[in-house]
Amino acid sequence: MILTYALDFAFLCFGLGLAMNLYRVFVAPGVTDRILALDTMVINVIALIVLYGMRTGSGINFEAALLFAMTGFVSTVAYCKFILRGDIIE
Amino acid sequence: MTGVEQIAEYVIAGLLVFGGIFAVIGSFGLLKLPQMMQRLHAPTKAATLGVGSALIASMIYFLVFEGKISWHELLITLFLFLTAPITATFIAKAQMHRTLTKDDVPPTGVGTEWATFDPNVTSVDPYLLNDRDPV
Repeated sequence: MILTYALDFAFLCFGLGLAMNLYRVFVAPGVTDRILALDTMVINVIALIVLYGMRTGSGINFEAALLFAMTGFVSTVAYCKFILRGDIIE
Repeated sequence: MTGVEQIAEYVIAGLLVFGGIFAVIGSFGLLKLPQMMQRLHAPTKAATLGVGSALIASMIYFLVFEGKISWHELLITLFLFLTAPITATFIAKAQMHRTLTKDDVPPTGVGTEWATFDPNVTSVDPYLLNDRDPV
């Protein structure tokens, strides 16, 4: 019973974090803030996928979470590389 | 419900609440902190700890209630904890590149300049480029 409430609370927290990150993607003082907000969105979405897997009781979503973590990391590094060098693969 | 499941339920609930609070703190710090280099700290530390906590909670849940060990969560946690510092370094370098000049940063004290501002630095040492295995 307490697990249901804790799961609801965690869903709420990660969803709230995702909403704040989305606001930061749209309203930001600089482009690096937007990259950072996108990276944090990826982290929060991974947590939401895992929480959904706990709620449904199936482990089918974890491959998706792993792939999402990898693409999120690569996209953040590529975006930073583009800002630093004006090119991604030199 | 057995005693082990009872204990596991409390542990999982505690980890989930801990992770959720840390995720909110990390995302809120991204909005609230005054400088960019300070804002960099909130998501890379707090949010990563929060998601790691949620992943470990999921691992314990599947071990106790479904009766199967799920290694994916540990893999995702390790991957996130390994890549968060790399991401933070890259974003900090991009921020330095956009806002700071060579005079704004303190001297390195090791003979070479900061790599971000040194025009002579190349990504690979030329000696290493010529150091090939004999065919």
